[in-house]
Amino acid sequence: MIMSNFWSIWITVLTLIVIAGCFFILRKMSKNNTGIKEGESMGHSFDGIEELNNPLPKWWAYMFYITIVFGLIYLAMYPGLGNYKGLFGWTSSNQSVRSMEESKAAVDAAKAENRLSQYDREVAHADEKYGPIFAAYLATPLEELVKNEEALKVGGRLFLQNCAQCHGSDARGSKGFPNLTDKSWLYGGELADIKTTLMNGRNGMMPPKGGLPIEDSELEGLAEYVVKLSGGEHDAALAAQGQGSFMKGCFACHGMDGTGNKFMGAPNLTDNDWLYGGSRGAIVESIKYGRAGVMPAWKDILGEEKVHVITAYVYSLSNK
Amino acid sequence: MMNHSQSTGADYNYTIVRQFALTTVLWGIVGMSVGVLIAAQLIWPQLNFDTPWLTYSRLRPLHTNAVIFAFGTSALFATSYYVVQRTCQTRLFAPKLAAFTFWGWQAIILSAAITLPLGFTSGKEYAELEWPIDIAITIVWVCYAIVFFGTIVKRTTSHIYVANWFFGAFIITVAVLHIVNSMAVPVSLTKSYSMYSGAVDAMVQWWYGHNAVGFLLTAGFLGMMYYFVPKQAGRPVYSYRLSIVHFWALIALYIWAGPHHLHYTALPDWTQSLGMVMSLILFAPSWGGMINGIMTLSGAWHKLRTDPVLRFLVVSLSFYGMSTFEGPMMAIKTVNALSHYTDWTVGHVHSGALGWVAMVSIGSLYHLIPVLFNQGRMYSTNLVNVHFWLATIGTVLYIVSMWISGVMQGLMWRAVNSDGTLTYSFVESLEASYPFYFVRFIGGVFFLTGMFIMAYNVIRTVKAPKDSLPALAEAKA
Repeated sequence: MIMSNFWSIWITVLTLIVIAGCFFILRKMSKNNTGIKEGESMGHSFDGIEELNNPLPKWWAYMFYITIVFGLIYLAMYPGLGNYKGLFGWTSSNQSVRSMEESKAAVDAAKAENRLSQYDREVAHADEKYGPIFAAYLATPLEELVKNEEALKVGGRLFLQNCAQCHGSDARGSKGFPNLTDKSWLYGGELADIKTTLMNGRNGMMPPKGGLPIEDSELEGLAEYVVKLSGGEHDAALAAQGQGSFMKGCFACHGMDGTGNKFMGAPNLTDNDWLYGGSRGAIVESIKYGRAGVMPAWKDILGEEKVHVITAYVYSLSNK
Repeated sequence: MMNHSQSTGADYNYTIVRQFALTTVLWGIVGMSVGVLIAAQLIWPQLNFDTPWLTYSRLRPLHTNAVIFAFGTSALFATSYYVVQRTCQTRLFAPKLAAFTFWGWQAIILSAAITLPLGFTSGKEYAELEWPIDIAITIVWVCYAIVFFGTIVKRTTSHIYVANWFFGAFIITVAVLHIVNSMAVPVSLTKSYSMYSGAVDAMVQWWYGHNAVGFLLTAGFLGMMYYFVPKQAGRPVYSYRLSIVHFWALIALYIWAGPHHLHYTALPDWTQSLGMVMSLILFAPSWGGMINGIMTLSGAWHKLRTDPVLRFLVVSLSFYGMSTFEGPMMAIKTVNALSHYTDWTVGHVHSGALGWVAMVSIGSLYHLIPVLFNQGRMYSTNLVNVHFWLATIGTVLYIVSMWISGVMQGLMWRAVNSDGTLTYSFVESLEASYPFYFVRFIGGVFFLTGMFIMAYNVIRTVKAPKDSLPALAEAKA
């Protein structure tokens, strides 16, 4: 965050003028230069209101001076006057970085010069203190970790901080955000599958009408067929019509029997778990306009150690 | 002693003052009712009745705009037009323009009350109104400045009274703040995008936002205080020299304080530090106003026993002193690390808004209404007293509940387990806040009830037969 010299000098001078101005007017008014005795009226009356020439309360004036002195000391110690860096060279964070790469480079450079920003110092401190705990968890195979009550507690807390925003505090999800407590998995529910999902994220993508030559008039039938697949009460004739549309290509992802495909995250249509709602209207909407869901990749945000622990927690939700 | 009958008022333009005084009460009730409703929605979310224009997100800006720009600013219009005439001993300059500011301002309030619930917003806090309304505000505000400063120019007194310094500073600075902050690129009649982006936009927003507090809600109301406190107490202003120091220091420093709203954000470090330092130095000048007001009561303290109007004014100064101590303290980065984004901020704002701004306006109106309608006093002094206690208790309930819940939230959010994970999820801190939300709601109901009592009292005073409410004989000291 470097500004040009002109603006740096401009803001520094303005700052000092304002603070000095406060100092001088305070000093000037501390003395009685009015020509009128202290405690007496200034002699003008406004709608019957007069003003007395009382001195400034001493405690108040001292308080004012103290804040001015404190302010100047603070501005000498910390950045505050334009480009001046302050006596300690303190910075809150690497404010000018624009990417993870720049950030890493900035941290490395600062480490080499032994002048980490406060944020980097706190992160380093936390890594040092808590790193070993999570390193030990990472060294434990997931199959064992799911039996470690303490690890599951830690995973639960990490889940509440990082995952609950979308999946809910109870992990039951909501429209567009999968329920993690049931046995229905888009990308597989084995420990390794879950960890892959968490580490690298997922991009769920259903194109409008599956990208197939399907007419709007066919949507009703298709929805009816999907209801049939999931075991709901349905109109047999309409569903049969829908099955014809399904064979135009829906099976490519959802499978001939509609059980889906976990390698591409295509949902199983034969169960009764719905990510975007199981009513006929919601199904028509899903087919007509398509759906897109994003699970972010967490490996760079939380790191593998924490993802490892969360994986065990998420697995435990549906494998009690 | 002071001569209360030195001017009869017959030669002043009171029509505009009456209009703004009465709408102050009306908009106070409207704005605070919306506030109570959204306070209730925070406890019972179903109170939005699944109706888009009744949702918290749309009613919250309606509440803030209504109390700041409809209630508060109407009070400032009324009192500044009144005070500038009486302390300059002259009629208002350009009376037709003055009338235009009234009708123009009401039209702006009405358009805000329609567009905000409909969801039209520029997304800038306390400046949500879209660009056509922003332009209308600018026009009305410039007319206001012409009327006010025109009156100052044609004054018949030799000096300009201190109340008018504050009103003048408020009028000029609000114009500058509003124009700079509202700069936007319109894409349609109802949508525009800010001319600034990123951290610059945030900084402009809070430069505006904090000075809406500093100049509109502080300097303007200090102007009010400097007339109505000495007038109601019947005492001279305590210290002329103190008023000079605190006026110049206040207006010079306030304009720098905005960055303290953006501590620990992408705002450059130097801007954050500077905002904090200026906010700290601002502490003494803020208290200068409180000291000058309260010390003006020297020799008149006994009046507090019998005069609830004076009680309103003095308690408002106490809340002013409290929140201007709290403000600089919260601007310190270390304190801010705890208080930021919690209900503490909400409590702080309301100790200023209810305790200072509303109470000093209410006290001033109770002084003003009888004068404007040729009566010696309000219809019922007892009801003024009831209003005083409702307002005071309501404010205290509000602030205390928000302090507790704010500090609790701050502590919960930073609590860390031995493994480095956070102890509480956000939802847990929200659940813990519910009892305090309820107390806050009750505080709001108290305050609003007081406003209804005031409305009744004002209507009875306005409708009372001529000279039927003689001033009470002053209790012997």
